[in-house]
Amino acid sequence: MVQKLDTLQETPSQTAGPYVHIGLMPTYAGNAGYYDEEIGISPLAGDVAGEVIEVVGSVYDGTAWAMRDALIESWQCDAKGVFPGHEGADPNFTGHCRFAANAENGEFTLRTVKPGAYKGRGGVENAPHISLWIVARGINIGLNTRIYFEDEDNDSDPLLNRIEQHPRVQTLIAKKTGYGKYRFDIRLQGEGETVFLDL
Amino acid sequence: MTDFITQDQGPLIPRNRALHPAPYDPGYKTSVSRSPSLPLLSMESSLSEETGPTFGHNKFGALDNNLILNWSKGAAPAVGERILVHGRVVDENNRPVPNTLVEIWQANAGGRYRHKKDTYFAPLDPNFGGCGRTITDENGYYEFLTIRPGAYPWPNRGNDWRPMHIHVAIYGHSFGQRLISQMYFEGDPLIDHCPIAATIKDRAQLDRLVAPLDFAKSRPLDFLAYKFDIVLRGRRQTMFENKMEGM
Ligand SMILES: [Fe+2]
Repeated sequence: MVQKLDTLQETPSQTAGPYVHIGLMPTYAGNAGYYDEEIGISPLAGDVAGEVIEVVGSVYDGTAWAMRDALIESWQCDAKGVFPGHEGADPNFTGHCRFAANAENGEFTLRTVKPGAYKGRGGVENAPHISLWIVARGINIGLNTRIYFEDEDNDSDPLLNRIEQHPRVQTLIAKKTGYGKYRFDIRLQGEGETVFLDL
Repeated sequence: MTDFITQDQGPLIPRNRALHPAPYDPGYKTSVSRSPSLPLLSMESSLSEETGPTFGHNKFGALDNNLILNWSKGAAPAVGERILVHGRVVDENNRPVPNTLVEIWQANAGGRYRHKKDTYFAPLDPNFGGCGRTITDENGYYEFLTIRPGAYPWPNRGNDWRPMHIHVAIYGHSFGQRLISQMYFEGDPLIDHCPIAATIKDRAQLDRLVAPLDFAKSRPLDFLAYKFDIVLRGRRQTMFENKMEGM
């Protein structure tokens, strides 16, 4: 017998199921007023620095059906590229939002601040992006991806540059549809499948 | 708090996906069209995954972790077998994860969710909402008072039933630690028949989601207790993390 390791193993994931909204977004599930203050309603907690944007999209399953029950969480830095909790971060920006596909048409809307670029380990510049985590019935472990923006300089981003098939980079880039408005669709499977991340 | 800060430095230990359910599992039919068919892009974590939201105590109500009373705002208790669910959140380095958000949701004693999409004919309990939340203490402990959820049927194969379970969502200190799972109950025969539980192929792994009956925490003439510990991803901690590139 070799020596034993001290490290533990992560608890295994299980699907969030169809009723995830009652746990994480009670108002959306029809249970408004459950908590005094619901978590993640908006990342904007006051007057924020930078541009407020709206990202609209859908989560499509492998049959190109816009899922009505997807729940998404986002996390990002502020307009200057500083993460909430770090020195110099915008005090009116929480960085975190919960939003869900519309039960009628499957469309979601994320209203937030356009994030800034930031320097990562080794001084590498990360292009502005929003991290997403997607859960729903039938998703056995939450899916991670990122929103980048077509009107930003994405050329030196270390993550986008790791995507071997260049056309797939486009699956992570939100398209500008108007002033402060972007479209970002997520495809779980099949043609145009979104690049999902393991970071 | 020094340890809290040290613990939260360095890249996340890459996720061992062999321990988790595969995205595609035909026994769980909905996963067939909701699973990516291309490989995930694996990279070292960055600040985006190594940071995460924090949730202050001030936002929380006194009954938020008491599902027996929180829907009726303390007016009347929910129907069902009273239970305490408690446990500890630690990371892969076996360090407690303090001040982290734990959220749960569940069906009522009859197996019905208070969700506009749940149409099962078991009745709603007017005094049960089915969700709760709390923040772990400085040692990573959490507690919920609730009722034991009922098993319920669901459309999958001809006659599938979910074992009694409580859904659990945990934040950790960073977005890359985010995890959703389900807690099952010791001795429930339906666990062996559930296609969702069976998405975890290794029985020892599945058993990690089965909470044992815990008499030491049970309160005589009041409630039974079940223990459910949670392990989140940890950080790589070596003496060589801050070395110069290529050295
Ligand atoms: Fe459930």
